[in-house]
Amino acid sequence: MKNGAKGDFIDNLGKIYGIYTGGFIGFVLLLWLLSSVGVPDKIIGYLFVFLTIAVYAVIGIVSRTAQISEYYVAGRRVPAFYNGMATGSDWMSAASFIGMAGTLYALGYDGLAFVLGWTGGYVLVAVLLAPYLRKFGQFTVPDFLGARYGGNLARFIGILVLLAASFTYVVAQVYGVGIIASRFLGISFEIAVFVGLLGILVCSMLGGMRAVTWTQVAQYIILIIAYLVPVVLLSADRTGVPIPQLMYGQVLQQITDLEAQLGVAKNHVAPFVGATGAYDTTALLNFFALTFCLMVGTAALPHILMRYFTTPSVREARKSVGWSLFFIFLLYFTAPSYAAFAKLEVYQNVIGQQITDLPAWVTLWGRAGIDLVGACDAVNAAEVYKMCAGVTGNADGVLQLAEFKINNDAIVLATPEIAGLPYVVSGLVAAGGLAAALSTADGLLLAIANALSHDVYYRMLDPHANTKRRLVVARVLLVVVAIIAAYVASTKPAGILAMVAWAFSIAASGLFPALVMGIWSKRTTSVGACLGMLAGFGTCLFYLVMTQFYPAEFISMFKSADIVQQLQALMAKVAEAQAAVAAAGGEAAPTELKTAAAAATADLTKFQTANAHWWGIKNVSCGLFGIPVAFIVTWVVSRLTPAPSQEMQDFIDSIRIPRGVVLETRGSAAVE
Amino acid sequence: MSQQSLTPERARQHWADTYRLMWIVLAIWFFFGFVIHLFARQLNEIVIFGFPLGFYMAAQGSLIAFVVLIFWYAARQNRIDEDYGVAEDQ
Repeated sequence: MKNGAKGDFIDNLGKIYGIYTGGFIGFVLLLWLLSSVGVPDKIIGYLFVFLTIAVYAVIGIVSRTAQISEYYVAGRRVPAFYNGMATGSDWMSAASFIGMAGTLYALGYDGLAFVLGWTGGYVLVAVLLAPYLRKFGQFTVPDFLGARYGGNLARFIGILVLLAASFTYVVAQVYGVGIIASRFLGISFEIAVFVGLLGILVCSMLGGMRAVTWTQVAQYIILIIAYLVPVVLLSADRTGVPIPQLMYGQVLQQITDLEAQLGVAKNHVAPFVGATGAYDTTALLNFFALTFCLMVGTAALPHILMRYFTTPSVREARKSVGWSLFFIFLLYFTAPSYAAFAKLEVYQNVIGQQITDLPAWVTLWGRAGIDLVGACDAVNAAEVYKMCAGVTGNADGVLQLAEFKINNDAIVLATPEIAGLPYVVSGLVAAGGLAAALSTADGLLLAIANALSHDVYYRMLDPHANTKRRLVVARVLLVVVAIIAAYVASTKPAGILAMVAWAFSIAASGLFPALVMGIWSKRTTSVGACLGMLAGFGTCLFYLVMTQFYPAEFISMFKSADIVQQLQALMAKVAEAQAAVAAAGGEAAPTELKTAAAAATADLTKFQTANAHWWGIKNVSCGLFGIPVAFIVTWVVSRLTPAPSQEMQDFIDSIRIPRGVVLETRGSAAVE
Repeated sequence: MSQQSLTPERARQHWADTYRLMWIVLAIWFFFGFVIHLFARQLNEIVIFGFPLGFYMAAQGSLIAFVVLIFWYAARQNRIDEDYGVAEDQ
């Protein structure tokens, strides 16, 4: 893959990845053979994790480069089909691979907002952004903002939003790598995080975008095989037909029947229901709000958009979005079948069974150290199953629905055991989850490091830096950002998954309007776009932070006097109860005083959660407010400020058509 | 715009066609992304091959529509570009 041989490499992609896929399947079969002749599970797990990481490392090292355009945009030679695959694994993270099916298991229909939101956004990418960003060329999303909106202020605001959205996201990926590595290698979480970090760096540091692209294609192949195999075998076992996406229709019917027997209030296939199972307009509103924010956020996340800078042409960029969504679709339309098969298994073979007759997978995934499942029949079940904390069973020897607890992550991870498959399939799932987390982390780290090295260092601080120096800075920053991300992940910050959902709303509010209006409206001015970005980003962040961390202040600001009075009464009660505890000697106070104080605090928290919002919209969907605000501010201010110069109008014309060169603007000095 | 060999009038027409296609695609996107799911409860009454239709649309139907829509859009937009002679050289 040296520069001279690059043409050959691109011509032979089909052959190379065909051999690679065959080799991987052979590798899985070999491990299956080893496993069946008695090689211990732990060794199998090690082989899966280390050999796949070694493959990524080899690709990363072979693809090393000293050329700027190779480092930032893979030489713009990635064919649409392969860019689609790379985007697929760039996009699908540990959350998609392991968490999505579990969310669908827990939420039923209402969880489909994630499936819709994380696919529909690609239509926006294809039509509104990708072809034009590809025509614009250059290297990063902030590059476009800088060129279109006359320089460094717009570029800088773009970088701020990019960092806010991408950093929380990358921390979550490193966290996912740590969880998978620690579970399958049996090492501590903190060490696992840094092992994962090495895996990430070895892929991306030497070869930048070029190495990440070819590694991501390899990772996609592994992750899709790993995702499909267990559920295909499960479907063949339970229904006789190995097409789970088709067969789970029957499973849904059985689930509906069993729900009636078991008295489940919230039906799996029922849309827009509250906790009681009744139709709920707030649930409907939140379903569509979340779908909308995830879609628009997809079309604004820089690590996705920058993948379309790498195709050879505008035509290929458009097609490439189609392939991206196709490869993502393969996993997303399978996820609901995982949820359905798992739910049927739980309703048929777990609920209502004698505790002594539970399937083996329940105890296997419930045992200490894994703690993803809990059978909580015993009164003191929490002593055996961590998942049972807070559940008091009735100890009748039979497992009731309320006595069964399962973590969302267990749905995909435990499927091999549910289907009674050999351990090698569990190892395969681990390798797939690791591929998903590593590939997304690579893409995100590159987006962050490129924004810092290319946009901040080269564009804003030292425009005369030579090629060698720029690449050194890019690599150093990549390592620094990676280490900070690993450090933050190793502290196990709370609510990390919620933060990932926030990243979509933040990116959607901050970047989407400026990018879209920059291409589709010539009248959009620099001042308008900068203020629009700030207003959208600010609105979303304000709603997030206030409702999440300062609910009392939020209620005082926006709710009616009546509600504020109730709030104050509750706060006074808490203060009173706490004062009583303090007066009675703090820790030494009688238990009933402490219980009263805790109850008063719980009442207050409940009241705040129930009231700190606008129209019932959850704060993950803060983009629902941020996006329109950004559009309106951009539009209004643009009309109040002088129209962009003729030079700018010609620049916009030049990116609107595929043929010809892109004209220069004040903010876009040519790059080599 | 000399290097693009397009008169301003042709360029305007090219963009008008592109603009129209954009709105058509967004309308279809909006239908499959939002409108149809508003009727999920009613559609669930219809069961095909075990799937309640409302559930099916959100779990698979709309996704298939999105994939097809993007490839269709790419082909249409390429044809527009070729008609106006602004497609890239192959």
